Amino acid sequence: MGRERDAQKPQQQQQQQQQQQQVSFTVEQLVAVNPYNPDILPDLENYVNEQVSSQTYSLDANLCLLRLYQFEPERLSTQIVARILVKALMAMPAPDFSLCLFLIPERVQMEEQFKTLIVLSHYLETGRFCQFWDEAAKSRHIVEAVPGFELAIQSYAIHLLSLTYQKVPRSVLAEAINIEGLSLDKFLEQQITNCGWSVEKGHVKGQLIVLPSNEFNHPELKKNTADSIPLEHITRIFPILG
Amino acid sequence: MATAYEYDDATAAAANYDDQAGPQRQDLGYDPNFVPDSVKSFVVHLYRHIREKNVYEIHQMYETSFQTLSERLFKETPWPSVDAVAHYVDNDHVFCLLYREMWFRHLYARLSPTLKQRIDSWDNYCSLFQVVLHGVVNMQLPNQWLWDMVDEFVYQFQSFCQYRAKMKTKTEQEIALLRQHDQAWNVYGVLNFLQALVEKSMIIQILEQEKEGLEQFTYTDGYDYNGGSNVLKVLGYFSMVGLLRVHCLLGDYHTGLKCLLPIDISQQGVYTSVIGSHITTIYHYGFANLMLRRYVDAIREFNKILLYIYKTKQYHQKSPQYEQILKKNEQMYALLAICLSLCPQVKLVEETVNSQLREKYGEKMIRMQRYDDEAFAIYDELFSYACPKFITPSAPSFEEPLVNYNQDAYRLQLKLFLYEVKQQQLLSGVRTFLKVYSTISLAKLANYMEVDEPTLRTILMTYKHKTHAVDSEGKIISNADVDFYIDDDMIHVIESKPLKRYGDYFLRQIVKLEGVINDMDRIKLD
Repeated sequence: MGRERDAQKPQQQQQQQQQQQQVSFTVEQLVAVNPYNPDILPDLENYVNEQVSSQTYSLDANLCLLRLYQFEPERLSTQIVARILVKALMAMPAPDFSLCLFLIPERVQMEEQFKTLIVLSHYLETGRFCQFWDEAAKSRHIVEAVPGFELAIQSYAIHLLSLTYQKVPRSVLAEAINIEGLSLDKFLEQQITNCGWSVEKGHVKGQLIVLPSNEFNHPELKKNTADSIPLEHITRIFPILG
Repeated sequence: MATAYEYDDATAAAANYDDQAGPQRQDLGYDPNFVPDSVKSFVVHLYRHIREKNVYEIHQMYETSFQTLSERLFKETPWPSVDAVAHYVDNDHVFCLLYREMWFRHLYARLSPTLKQRIDSWDNYCSLFQVVLHGVVNMQLPNQWLWDMVDEFVYQFQSFCQYRAKMKTKTEQEIALLRQHDQAWNVYGVLNFLQALVEKSMIIQILEQEKEGLEQFTYTDGYDYNGGSNVLKVLGYFSMVGLLRVHCLLGDYHTGLKCLLPIDISQQGVYTSVIGSHITTIYHYGFANLMLRRYVDAIREFNKILLYIYKTKQYHQKSPQYEQILKKNEQMYALLAICLSLCPQVKLVEETVNSQLREKYGEKMIRMQRYDDEAFAIYDELFSYACPKFITPSAPSFEEPLVNYNQDAYRLQLKLFLYEVKQQQLLSGVRTFLKVYSTISLAKLANYMEVDEPTLRTILMTYKHKTHAVDSEGKIISNADVDFYIDDDMIHVIESKPLKRYGDYFLRQIVKLEGVINDMDRIKLD
């Protein structure tokens, strides 16, 4: 499907990637070494745009930029802030979205696009995927500006389902990841092959998707770390044992 | 229990900061050039002890003599000006900077600083830190003093931001002065000084190397026994705590915790050598984790420090920090109450701390867990009482009509916090049912909770999401006291088995037995 496209001009792509890597390296260094410096604000803004286009993410750099906006509110770009927030949503279940909101002035948060993003975040935080996808469909202009958004939210949905269910009804999964019918069948095939999912027949209706076991949906897998003893403590009794 | 829930500057430190009162209290019969004999003696001796690196004596004079003299002679006036005492100490530049630092600290604690004094204090800190950063300082100062410098520096910054944000009552002269000295207490300046102290002291590398046995820092409490100076290193160390504090004031909890990372708070360290530093570190660490929803981490640390304060506060009754210790103690109980209401893991709390907590907040905690309107009011009250004094770091716009915006930062943090609490509203209902059943069908539970099944599914997923936090390394950790998993339409409650720690027990008994055998070997039988 996409394979033909990838084969074209690999060298150019590689060069571009290398250049991008050099730039990101520098920005990350700046954030680590000289973060309280108003001059790096343009670099950080560019870096946000780069994160969007290259589907990468850096919480530290984005927080650094939000801080600089806090120090000099006249330089705040709502477009950049909106992009940062969308990226933060994509980082769920990490609380990055809240972390960003803590740094954004209230009057900015009152703007329409931010209110929408906060509503979207609310739906995701409370597992209301049905409402989320509805609202996201109404706000295409915000979410389609950031490639990889859909995939990231689907990934979060699956994460949440994996924490909660050993076996989840097909309809619940479909609603959570916003995929139905044949596309869902295809998706399930991929997951069965690559991620250890399996499918059963539900006793009432439809399919039951069996999610991979982890310590959160299979309590017996929970490692009892409480009784593990660090090596240093054991070394204390070596003279006695020896 | 605490009284003032109003978010106001007025309860800071041990005194009142009523900026509206203005500078008139300072002029009451104060002659900056009059130096009583006791003060002359004080500066002469302190100067000598600093030159001779007698850390113990410096500490005594700094902690005790300074307080005694302040209490006796300078209850409501500043100390004599630095110009008046300079000639007693050979006009030593560094000593004068240190004297002025104490001078301003006394002023802030007892009186109301004017704008000019705030600016002068900033200039003094700049000079002092620049001298230290240039590495030309050859003193050994007590950790208490070095901590107080960093602590006071951040405090005066916070105080300045609060002061500056109250534009309504500013006079024309004040506004002119503010515009003229826009570098004073500028947020970039404050952060960059703290950062510079951390970097120039190489404290992060020192702590790293210490783990491999290549450096001695914690072992000597930061003091230098090789004839060098501890000032830069220890200031650098305490600046990490300073950075944590400033970032919390700005609402950037993630970066704040990052700044603290080089300090291992699971162990004793230089940060525990001064009780003020210990408390400030844990208070901000705990608060940041609360805002990051890492409730278990916050509860653990609050528990440890509250127990520590309970056991040791009697030894600090005479110290000038006593009131601050008590205040932070109360605030941390409030924060612990909040954490435990959101994440009821009571077994993480020691018996002593728990009984104190029940006494102070038992009633309120029961009401908080009802998640009704009254509950939100209590969350609001406790948060407002216990939170840091958030600041707006940017300079005011002098063009617009002058308003007070000193509460804006606090209001935002409170709003977002309550928003989070609201999202967790339905969780306590779920908890109650999960505690009673080992298995229950979705249909049945939905019926009991008076919601439909799809809604119940979302509520259960919310429970899972909110009780499984993401730690600093991106790993998922469970905060849940009661947990479950769903199999199709059946909820299975996971019983948490009590943790039996055999390993520790055996280790202790082995060591003990060895001790007994050794004792017996030593007995000589005739």
